[in-house]
Amino acid sequence: MSFVNYSSREINCKIVYYGPGLCGKTTNLQYIYNRTNPDAKGKMISLATETERTLFFDFLPLSLGEIRGFKTRFHLYTVPGQVFYDASRKLILKGVDGVVFVADSQIDRIEANLESFENLRYNLMEQGYDLDRVPYVIQYNKRDLPNIASVEELRSLLNPGSIPDFEAVATTGEGVFDTLKSVAKFVLTELKRGG
Amino acid sequence: MVEPQMIMYEEEFNQIQAVCDKLVRDANAVVVFIVDKNGQLIATSGEYKHLDTTSLASLTAGNIAATGGMAKLLKENEFATQFHEGERQNIHIQIVGQRVILVVIFDDRSSLGLVRLRVRKANAELDKIFESLLKKVQEPGAGSPFAEITDDDIDNLFND
Repeated sequence: MSFVNYSSREINCKIVYYGPGLCGKTTNLQYIYNRTNPDAKGKMISLATETERTLFFDFLPLSLGEIRGFKTRFHLYTVPGQVFYDASRKLILKGVDGVVFVADSQIDRIEANLESFENLRYNLMEQGYDLDRVPYVIQYNKRDLPNIASVEELRSLLNPGSIPDFEAVATTGEGVFDTLKSVAKFVLTELKRGG
Repeated sequence: MVEPQMIMYEEEFNQIQAVCDKLVRDANAVVVFIVDKNGQLIATSGEYKHLDTTSLASLTAGNIAATGGMAKLLKENEFATQFHEGERQNIHIQIVGQRVILVVIFDDRSSLGLVRLRVRKANAELDKIFESLLKKVQEPGAGSPFAEITDDDIDNLFND
């Protein structure tokens, strides 16, 4: 749910990066943070465990520029991917405007992807959202690793509806900004339609 | 149920800002800010220039969400008030009208008793303002300012 402020002429949107544990959600945000002009970003906050696994969320505020005199700001969040943090994931989805599902391309993570995808659909439903009506895109991450499933296979499992999807290597940044731009555009188009 | 979109108009913003300014003075506070439950900063007052208010807003909302989760497990509706005591500064957090969060940061120039007293009054005033704002947002014709933008406007935002 976006926040339109006529007084400061700003529009704020919330994008959540979702996916199984260790799929690269935080790495996506870190890459975006490192490669963004300092004027366009705020501080990145990571609530992580001592071993740097996300405990509650990562948060990165980004400014994208102006549309018709309104500054567009995006708040990027990640969720903790590990199965037992479900209560936290639900909280972070509250008020979401767009979702990036980050899939781990490795063959032995296929089940974890499917489980996380179902979990996303279910948790959105609990908040009153239908995944098919929320702007979302899919990223197939870790394309540089040896034991990976083909994109066609991942697509048939995770993207039967043919929504925009991207191949990525978040550690080097490949595909990271394409994914972000796509979901941001999707969110703005939805706002235009009055969603 | 999905909450309606949050829209802030100049008139209500000025009223909210006035309540925050007054609360800073009356409670001898360092900073007062208002955040919606999704982590969007609505208004700030006091000595906030050196503070990262965007991050504070997001963390406050996360905190309230987590506390709300605990309340649910205990079959409580919500924990409307929270207090965090530090060595030099303290934070008082109050949920207003189940929708927004009023945060007061104060130091030894004030006291918890004074802050609670002043927050109670501000809470009632803010509740009224947000209620009328919500009504206004739900009126027909109060659509998004984005309704008139074109696909080109959106594309232009992403031209490198």
